[in-house]
Amino acid sequence: MAFDSPKAGETLVRVADLKVHFPIHAGLIRRQVGTVRAVDGVSFDVARGETLGLVGESGCGKSTTGRAVLRLVDATAGRIEMAGTDIASLGSEALRRMRPRMQMIFQDPHASLNPRMTVGSIVAEPLSEHGTLRGSARQRRVEELLDAVGLNPSFANRYPHEFSGGQRQRIGIARALALDPDFIVCDEPIAALDVSIQAQVVNLLEELQERLGLTYLFISHDLSMVRHIADRVAVMYLGKIVELADREALYGAPKHPYTQALLSAVPIPNPKVEATRRHIILKGDVPSPANPPSGCRFRTRCPIAEARCAAEEPAWRKLDDGRHVACHFAT
Amino acid sequence: MNSAPVLEVQGLKTVFGTRDFAVHAVNDVSFSLREGELLGVVGESGSGKSVTMMSLLRLLPSPPARIESGRVMFEGQDLVRLDDASLREVRGRGIGFVFQDPMTSLNPVFTVGFQLMEPLRTHLGFDRKAARRRAAELLALVGIPSPEARLDDYPHQFSGGMRQRVMIAIALACNPKVLIADEPTTALDVTIQAQILELVKDLRHKLGMAVVWITHDLGVVAGIADRVMVMYGGQVVESAGVDALYENPTHPYTRALMATLPSLDGTRRDRLMTIAGQPPLLTAPPAACPFAPRCAHVHDRCRMANPPLIEVAPGHAAACWLAAPGEGVQNGV
Repeated sequence: MAFDSPKAGETLVRVADLKVHFPIHAGLIRRQVGTVRAVDGVSFDVARGETLGLVGESGCGKSTTGRAVLRLVDATAGRIEMAGTDIASLGSEALRRMRPRMQMIFQDPHASLNPRMTVGSIVAEPLSEHGTLRGSARQRRVEELLDAVGLNPSFANRYPHEFSGGQRQRIGIARALALDPDFIVCDEPIAALDVSIQAQVVNLLEELQERLGLTYLFISHDLSMVRHIADRVAVMYLGKIVELADREALYGAPKHPYTQALLSAVPIPNPKVEATRRHIILKGDVPSPANPPSGCRFRTRCPIAEARCAAEEPAWRKLDDGRHVACHFAT
Repeated sequence: MNSAPVLEVQGLKTVFGTRDFAVHAVNDVSFSLREGELLGVVGESGSGKSVTMMSLLRLLPSPPARIESGRVMFEGQDLVRLDDASLREVRGRGIGFVFQDPMTSLNPVFTVGFQLMEPLRTHLGFDRKAARRRAAELLALVGIPSPEARLDDYPHQFSGGMRQRVMIAIALACNPKVLIADEPTTALDVTIQAQILELVKDLRHKLGMAVVWITHDLGVVAGIADRVMVMYGGQVVESAGVDALYENPTHPYTRALMATLPSLDGTRRDRLMTIAGQPPLLTAPPAACPFAPRCAHVHDRCRMANPPLIEVAPGHAAACWLAAPGEGVQNGV
């Protein structure tokens, strides 16, 4: 179920029918009583140098997808190709050799940095673990990295608590860059930051991408920011991608009813626009991924659902304009 | 909209700390809330928006918090000087409060029904049966299906959006004149946020109450507020009607904040605008404009004196020296 990326560049990451299921254990002997289908058949490609945005609400499986793509959680089924190598089935030593090429920037800059390590040793850790640099050469590389993310290299001996949220996120970015990766999963990198600081971090990510030719999977629930940073956008709902399209096509004319509702729910900072805008208000909450609805998973909240939606799961179709969508009625 | 103020705050100053170390979290904040009005309060973390509202009802633990000066007039009483028993009457009954995080603001060991009935029985003297009937009505009012049955459920049996609806129901229980909502949708997903925003728009007209809505999201404010107050560094830096604020933002901070936002529908820029630097730490009382170190239009006067709110148009004021008549900020300098 793979499909071509619109960018001419080679495909760096190819994910095919990825599933991540978590068992639910209960009772005295911890018998398995169910399965949370966190990610349930997700396919996408990321071209080299591209940013693929992955959006969705909490619990839709976007972070689990990001973690599975880097094998931070094991996939239950499916293929994850990184530059042609299927890492989903790779042994631990071979996987370890792949690690430098794929890195992650975490959401919470307060929790993802060890408070007992200096900033210098945090950024140097991947270098001593995987790299060949030692002594003053490593020191120089750390200074170079801190400088690249806009931190004063003389701060290397300070501890994370001495930095603000935005600065801590820069430290996390420096650590992710240490081994010259090709591919970085950014898991909600700006969600914990204030508005005026978010723009600084996003601009840094874009500058680094241009300078170093990085490829991003940018996971976020902030649809405005994803429109800014991503080339293509995938929208997830309850473990599945419901729509995947070029940025302009997705934001200009969303085809899946969930994408339409999601975009219409984002408040626009303009009172004139807000006064006349029609919001699609979805009923109810997202169902549990342990017991997803039959057929189309969105049908319980969908404003245009019919009997067919409960009986038949919509196919992942390519429309004329090149986008993919999983809805019976999208044209 | 020009009716009498129901809540009037004058010169409020709140300080956290001991003799050796202090944070001046709220610096001389004044505003008034008119009957039936929805006032949006916008600012980043640490701008003092929550602390201001918590100070009004003296919800902050003291020590370390201390209200240094100011008056908070509500129904002819100054809440800053009110005795504890009378203040208890105002909390919940006169002014309802909805907190940010619906996961931690409900007590997990009591049923939702019990928590809803508590203010009814304490403040309004309802008996158990009447309180239960009213509690079910309140759940129905905030759009919770089969309200009667759900009264006996515990908070963990509700989703995040539903819990926030319960919090709103509790705040509305005694028909308050004023509802203060502290980032009530920040912890929620956008589709659930849209549900809550619709609910509040609907309820405030139905119940005719005044609302203070604290948020960091300029989009949320644009959709629901009548008037907006922008806070920075523990001060009000701009205050205006919602249309005027978005059409003609005057304080450089407001303008910068609007410029940093990526847009969902407009043209897409190659790079986002940024505001350099960090928000101030507020360890000393402000002697200068708190935004001066990050401001693109800073000049000597900004570093020497803290500008007062200067009226730039009727009902529109900005705390910036450049907003004074004859200065250039209104002309886009």
